[in-house]
Amino acid sequence: MTEEIIIAGFGGQGVLSMGKILAYSGIMQDQEVSWMPAYGPEMRGGTANVTVIISDDRINSPVLNSYDTAIILNQQSMDKFEKTVKPGGLLLYDPNGISKHPSRKDINIYQIEGAAEAARLKSGKTFNMVVLGAFLKLKPIVEFDNVIKGLKKSLPERYHHLIPMNETAIKSGMKIVKEIQKL
Amino acid sequence: MKELRLMKGNEAMAEAAIRCGADGYFGYPITPQSEVLEYLMAEQPWKRTGMVVLQAESEVASINMLYGGASTGKKVLTSSSSPGISLMQEGISYLAGAELPCVVINVVRGGPGLGDIQPSQSDYFQATKGGGHGDYHLYVIAPSSVQESSDFVKKAFEVAFKYRIPAMVLSDGAIGQMMEKVELFEQMPRRTDEEVIAECGSWATTGKTPDREHNVITSLDLIPERLEEHNHKLQAKYKEIEENEVIYEEILCDDADYVIVAYGTSARISQKTVQLAREKGYKLGLMRPITLWPFPKAKIAEYGETKKGILVVEMSEGQMVEDVRLNINGKIPVEFYGRSGGMIPTPDEVLTAFEKHFM
Amino acid sequence: MEIIKSENLVYKKTSAMTDKELSYCPGCGHGTAHRITMEVLEEMGAIQDTIGVAPVGCSVLAYEFMNIDMQEAAHGRAPALATAIKRLWPSKYVFTYQGDGDLAAIGTAETIHACNRGENIVIIFINNGIYGMTGGQMAPTTLPNMKSSTSPYGRDEAMMGHPLKITELIANLPGVHFVTRQAVHKPGHVRKAKKAIKKAFEQSYAKKGLCFVEIVSNCNSGWKMTPNDANQWMEDNMFPYYPLGDIKVDGQLVK
Ligand SMILES: Cc1ncc(C[n+]2csc(CCOP(=O)(O)OP(=O)(O)O)c2C)c(N)n1
Ligand code: SF4
Repeated sequence: MTEEIIIAGFGGQGVLSMGKILAYSGIMQDQEVSWMPAYGPEMRGGTANVTVIISDDRINSPVLNSYDTAIILNQQSMDKFEKTVKPGGLLLYDPNGISKHPSRKDINIYQIEGAAEAARLKSGKTFNMVVLGAFLKLKPIVEFDNVIKGLKKSLPERYHHLIPMNETAIKSGMKIVKEIQKL
Repeated sequence: MKELRLMKGNEAMAEAAIRCGADGYFGYPITPQSEVLEYLMAEQPWKRTGMVVLQAESEVASINMLYGGASTGKKVLTSSSSPGISLMQEGISYLAGAELPCVVINVVRGGPGLGDIQPSQSDYFQATKGGGHGDYHLYVIAPSSVQESSDFVKKAFEVAFKYRIPAMVLSDGAIGQMMEKVELFEQMPRRTDEEVIAECGSWATTGKTPDREHNVITSLDLIPERLEEHNHKLQAKYKEIEENEVIYEEILCDDADYVIVAYGTSARISQKTVQLAREKGYKLGLMRPITLWPFPKAKIAEYGETKKGILVVEMSEGQMVEDVRLNINGKIPVEFYGRSGGMIPTPDEVLTAFEKHFM
Repeated sequence: MEIIKSENLVYKKTSAMTDKELSYCPGCGHGTAHRITMEVLEEMGAIQDTIGVAPVGCSVLAYEFMNIDMQEAAHGRAPALATAIKRLWPSKYVFTYQGDGDLAAIGTAETIHACNRGENIVIIFINNGIYGMTGGQMAPTTLPNMKSSTSPYGRDEAMMGHPLKITELIANLPGVHFVTRQAVHKPGHVRKAKKAIKKAFEQSYAKKGLCFVEIVSNCNSGWKMTPNDANQWMEDNMFPYYPLGDIKVDGQLVK
């Protein structure tokens, strides 16, 4: 199994930390992982993205130009990454702030109302966990228990009391993910 | 128990420095390697092992702190990225001339000049051909993963002390910023002062005792005959290193007609190209030089007899390719594909270049 | 179409600034410092006669915003470049624009020696107590106990040294004619700073020696504060350590 994922959105949406939790979860179940962020001025411009690869085998290129899954959290990223999803792959996005919805016919498309759900949970910071939940529902490449272990590993001890909150967010993301187009 | 962590290449190198019992780190912030200093400052190794960490006022100061530190026989290192490493060249030449062991990490970014902060491999010439003035070499080892970033800091110190030469870990912005799984090696104890004196007291500035002559660390010798003799001694050492310390990795080379030669991030990308090529039925392999100096000359020369062609892939306008051509010596075609200025080639691009030249 | 009648026009962006969108974080002092420097040059009719040198730091792209001839220096070396430019174009106004890491860490030697030689140039020195560009590392000017990414538990003076008052230091050099410390976070301060910059250009042009304008500024990103909090923090913490006002006037230290 190899899953090649791009997660892209605004800085501050928790794009990088979501990728980190996913990568840690992979480690928890003895897989190979890589997490390659875009860094520097690209981020100053307000966008952030990270390539996460989880695999049973040694990972070769950490830099990719097509992905099994694109998780897209703003319009700029939609414009840039919709075309990079492999045919038959998955595009998961939050419709909040998206004016041009994806139009490809050869990929699976799902929506997650992450921002709205995080607001409902009264914790804007759990936004990325809602989205992560949606992804894990569609592609259960890592086990739920390992995600929680991954969360523990990637959060500093002083934030560990927030783990139940994050757990709730992941579960609600799993529930509310919406199918737009299934091949 | 093995300790698995998810770390950036830069952080892994910093942690490795602590764990291999380094005595001192001196550095100055520069993207994309600032995490090395930041990690050390957060980790406070002076509390863990007694290791000294200092933010210098410039790279010129950092490398001269290394010059002073290495002369005491202690284990010292610095890290920077391309423009900062250029500033260090004077000091590196002094360290080489004075035969001092130390480790310099270069997390390469796009150049020349201020360039940009994206990953690049355009410091190959500088790293392997001297960089500063005079007849000298550094031991240059190039990681291609976060795991190797950690392991090679340790390796670089070993070689540096074995031969009393400065060693360089040549990484790049991608490996420095990327997070991967690493298995950390166990903490090695820092040597005690007595151990440093026992190991390095014959040459280092450990304090003159009545039973020995004073030790002087210098790269100056105004008598040409003597300086030439010193140079011969350095050359003999370099020859020994070339004989004993070459490391490389071959992937699917045995049955290959064609070989890609690439190191660091380019090798990771090219490995994917090899996979794509094999799916198409091309007999392509990958050879990855791990030590860039000493360069795997003999292995490359052998390809001149056994393979049909070589593609060298670099994130530069073509630097290592010169060493490959030198050792192939015209026997088979050596082609080049490179991106520069912080652009990273994709596996598909490399495959297209391979097909253009050889298929 | 003329939508603003000239008699109603109260303010206009100086043509000495390009139309390029500033790359600075919202609320950062760099933009204001750029603008008033350029306004001074425009008001003096000196656009054609001025050459600027940009540093390495957040203002590394100053040359994209300042619509005058400029050169980009290596980190810390701007005063050396400016020295040569002024000596080879003695009839030009020449200035450097530098951050505290650039001017007071890696470039200390160039700063002190350009000052000591009394080069007839202007140095505009933006002191925000941190390395903004590289992500908030400790600068020589970082205050005691202040947190940065390389002093995550606060600046420990015993280990990391003391905040460097480079401006007071160079004021003692005979080659330096005018030294002042200003701010640009409020309109009153902006007006004063602008006057000081104008004076610096005039006096260095009159070959009186080097003129040095420090601007104590904010770095909300590096300090991890909102722009308003950063300005307040600057008033409460930076100004007591780096007091505003003239330090040397007409070649005489202000007592
Ligand atoms: C030789 C060299 N070393 C280090 C750097 C990395 N670097 C870029 S800007 C900077 C410091 C900037 O801080 P400051 O001068 O205070 O300006 P600010 O960004 O805060 O405006 C550093 C260390 C570099 N570009 N060149
Ligand atoms: S990082 Fe700091 S100095 Fe740089 S633009 Fe942002 S606020 Fe200004």
